[in-house]
Amino acid sequence: MTATNIPHYDAIIIGSGSTGTPAAFSMAQAGLKVLVLDQCSSVGQESNKKAIGGIRATHSDPAKIRLCLRSIEIFSTWKETYGDDIEWYKGGYAFPAYREREEKILKDLLVTQKSYGLNIDWLNKDQMLAVAPDLNTENLLGGTFSPEDGSASPLLAAHAFFRQALKRGAEFRFNEPVEEILLRGGRIAGVRTRHGTYCADVVVNAAGAWANPIGKMVGLDLPVRPDSHEAAITEPVAHFLDPMIVDIRPAPGSANYYFYQHLTGQIIFCITPSPNKWGFDERETSEFLPMVSQRMIEIMPRLKNIRVRRTWRGLYPMTPDGAPLIGWANEVPGFLLAAGLCGQGFMMGPSIGELLTRMVTGQMVPEDQETLAIVSPYRKFAGQEKLQ
Amino acid sequence: MTDFRIKQHPILRIPEADEITFYWQGQELVAQKGETIASALFAHGIRVFGHHPRDHSPQGLFCANGQCSQCMVLANGKPLKSCMELVEQNMHVAPMEGLPELPRVDQVPGMKPVQEIEVPVLIIGGGPSGLSAGIELGKRGVRALLVDDKHRLGGKLVLQTHRFFGSTNAVYAGTRGIDIATRLEEDLRQYSSVDIWTRSTCLAVFSDQKVGILKQGDEYVLVKPQILLVASGAREKFLAFKGNTLPGVFGAGAFQTLVNRDLVKPAEKLFIVGGGNVGLIAGYHALQAGIGVVGLAEALPECGGYKVHKDKLTRMGVPIYTSHTVLSANGRDKVGSITIAKVDSNFKPIPGTEKSFECDSVLVAVGLDPVNEFYLKAIDFGLTAFVAGDAEEIAEASAAIFSGKIRGVEIARALGLATDEIPRSWYRTSEILKSRPGRTVSEELPEVTAGVLPIIHCTQEIPCNPCSSLCPHGLIYVDTKDIRQIPSFLGNSYCCEACERCVAGCPGLAITLVDSRGNPTMPIVSIPYEFTREEIRKSDMVTVLDTEGTALAELEVLSVHAISNIDRTLVVQVQAPHEIANRIAGIRVQEPAVTQPLDQYIDHIADDMIVCRCERVTAGELRELIQRGYRDMNEIKIVTRAGMGACGSKTCNAIIHRLFKEEGIANEEITEGTKRPVFVEVALGTFAGETEQE
Repeated sequence: MTATNIPHYDAIIIGSGSTGTPAAFSMAQAGLKVLVLDQCSSVGQESNKKAIGGIRATHSDPAKIRLCLRSIEIFSTWKETYGDDIEWYKGGYAFPAYREREEKILKDLLVTQKSYGLNIDWLNKDQMLAVAPDLNTENLLGGTFSPEDGSASPLLAAHAFFRQALKRGAEFRFNEPVEEILLRGGRIAGVRTRHGTYCADVVVNAAGAWANPIGKMVGLDLPVRPDSHEAAITEPVAHFLDPMIVDIRPAPGSANYYFYQHLTGQIIFCITPSPNKWGFDERETSEFLPMVSQRMIEIMPRLKNIRVRRTWRGLYPMTPDGAPLIGWANEVPGFLLAAGLCGQGFMMGPSIGELLTRMVTGQMVPEDQETLAIVSPYRKFAGQEKLQ
Repeated sequence: MTDFRIKQHPILRIPEADEITFYWQGQELVAQKGETIASALFAHGIRVFGHHPRDHSPQGLFCANGQCSQCMVLANGKPLKSCMELVEQNMHVAPMEGLPELPRVDQVPGMKPVQEIEVPVLIIGGGPSGLSAGIELGKRGVRALLVDDKHRLGGKLVLQTHRFFGSTNAVYAGTRGIDIATRLEEDLRQYSSVDIWTRSTCLAVFSDQKVGILKQGDEYVLVKPQILLVASGAREKFLAFKGNTLPGVFGAGAFQTLVNRDLVKPAEKLFIVGGGNVGLIAGYHALQAGIGVVGLAEALPECGGYKVHKDKLTRMGVPIYTSHTVLSANGRDKVGSITIAKVDSNFKPIPGTEKSFECDSVLVAVGLDPVNEFYLKAIDFGLTAFVAGDAEEIAEASAAIFSGKIRGVEIARALGLATDEIPRSWYRTSEILKSRPGRTVSEELPEVTAGVLPIIHCTQEIPCNPCSSLCPHGLIYVDTKDIRQIPSFLGNSYCCEACERCVAGCPGLAITLVDSRGNPTMPIVSIPYEFTREEIRKSDMVTVLDTEGTALAELEVLSVHAISNIDRTLVVQVQAPHEIANRIAGIRVQEPAVTQPLDQYIDHIADDMIVCRCERVTAGELRELIQRGYRDMNEIKIVTRAGMGACGSKTCNAIIHRLFKEEGIANEEITEGTKRPVFVEVALGTFAGETEQE
């Protein structure tokens, strides 16, 4: 290939996952010439398809709240706008409290959450049981409930973004891990894979759990390291559960866990191991099912008869404070970071895609500056997020 | 209500069973204690167990092996696989219509930590190879745990009523599969170092080298072995054709389970797709159970199974349509007919060659795939693992018995608990037993002008030698070093004393005897016969046929008798004209009327060629994606849900590969789907160690 016929793109996105795929859609929609490169053989094959599908705006950090509110708009109107069924269901999120400690954490959070205009409230025990009638009633104190939150299929959603991006001219190349990021005069010039060289003014690092090794290609040591969680899906049963149930009580071996009934009737659940399991190991463990099953049955005894169909383990690309790293790399002009989504890439991806597009096209809106300040890769990683 | 139970059988004893009552949709029915819900329903002619939530298509029994999920019913309010669960007194069984309601539960049940046990050897599967391995370990005092998902040990041996091929010395050749199962089990049970869990399904091999077992159907246990032996057998391949998921379309294993294990008649008129040993033998079993076999279609120009099995079926009066494929199973709620057509050299149906036959069941026997996922996971996770039998390589059960035996000793040696060398000849025997049919020679029939001669209608090289040990004078010869050789009779017509042991003992029913001592122009021909004595009596007229099934004459039966020490095969004697005597190879069992095609073929329009049975994904949908460039099985799954269902792509995976092949896509271009635990669906309460089981 000679220098003259090397293809040139406005942006190359590394990773066709939860962030990269909607970003490609959004950029292509804005008229940019985009190329997405992925090491897998099709879209969303790493952490995207391992997400369980929960989508909420009820976070504790204003940047995430803003991003997710916009994502919910995109997910909830996707079918009527673009026609693809992504199995969106507005079931809400319920955080039941069984001890004063959790009641206090949740009520404290509520103040911040309400101040950002979120539709979330404290429900007393009876109100909580009206929302989720099968919850264990013993010691139930109530909990917070946010009716606007919901769920969708990560697999279908990624595929819908992919198809719509293709329609708008985005290019995707699979089975092409990036081997080198090319610089010219310190600026981004393109990337090289084993199949060829592609020129671009902007390279987006949307490599999820692999964001750190990709950053290293241009000398950046991004504070992103993967931590693994296991999840599972059951057989489908008739609809009986509306909201995502999140139990934030820690227990031996685990922190929080959460589950919901997907639109297909299946219960999907996931647990956060404690201590964290750092690294890229995604092989199934024997402790997951017994641990999560006991906790789920304790909070909802009705689940004891539902049959588990499949389990899997996926990676959360974690940052020190649980907030993403989004922004231009000061050291390498043209290198745009969209990394460290901490297991919330699926719910934040669509609005991050739009944000990245505005950054590349220079059409940022005032709130973007506020958001970007919070998720800046150059922030001080002091605090831990209250509600992860 | 019509009773579909088998009341008499030439091989199987009909046991006296205690009767219990259960309810189907509120109607009181009688079942036999110890039978599965599925068999109890079949015994009453109930074939539709519910309707699929996605498209309302009728669902029924398909694999009868706990692998698919087509046979789900609601039993006392809980969804379960009717082929795996036993019917209980007063059980209320209801069809699965749409999604089941999860029963309400008010109380948190008692839960206990999952039991973890360590064992030197864990054997998954109590079929021929697992049992044989267990025996070798037991002999050497090695501690082992054998788990099997069924109520009875023996694997698929318990479905095999025919005499086995193979080597008499090495693997019980000449004995019926059902009896081999009993012998192996009795042999294993005498060794106290081997623990046996029946009704115990392996669910997953985990990265910490623990193996999750569903013990006796309701307790979850983690077993940590030093060595794992995967002897989990095979699963049946399936075929995409229109109407292929109608109740009445079975895998061969399901059919044999109902007929030979549960003594229930799933059909009156059966059509078989696939001419390998499994299909051919299943056809024979059907005839023995009194089921009409309308025909057998095989896509290749020749049947792939042993010629003696094919000949047996042909002689019973079953037409074999080679170079034919099934186009459709037709019917509204269950199978009413089948349409087949001739295929060209590219296996494409030739228009104008369609034929339809009336039948109520279609048996699909188009090959087997190893169930080897636990082995692959174990190797991946660094757990020392061995694999035996069909899980290693698809072959006859005789080969599985022998490979299990070798693995047993290998494992004992690997643990340092045995020092005996494995004879090199064992490996050779193992290879011989696994070998596919070899050369076929043309039949040479000796003229019998005087004296007595056995006529050996066995013309294909297969690993089998029982005949050589049957002749009291040792006159039938098969090379002991390579039992694939075609047997030969060493004597002349004055050496044989007409004891008929070879006639009754040949597993292929391929030896007859021509005795011209009394009347050289009308010699007496002895023919093996494995049907009930009531069906044929002295002085009945029977149609005798040659090896290929051509009718030779109508002759009178002189005698029907058993041979001492030869188990259950009868010998029928007829007097035949000298010109045809040596050609006679069998007696027609089935009247030609059963096999007549319909006047007009039935054109099946509906596009219901299902590939993924769980999620109702058609071949058309999948083919379109392949044509549009889809190469990643995971992506195909996302778009269509193929493989997302209860069975975990156990059935559809191979068919999707076949579609790729038909579309000219090379294997290297395809990204395999990810295999994930768990092997079968299990209730959350079981994983939680629930102690108050209802």
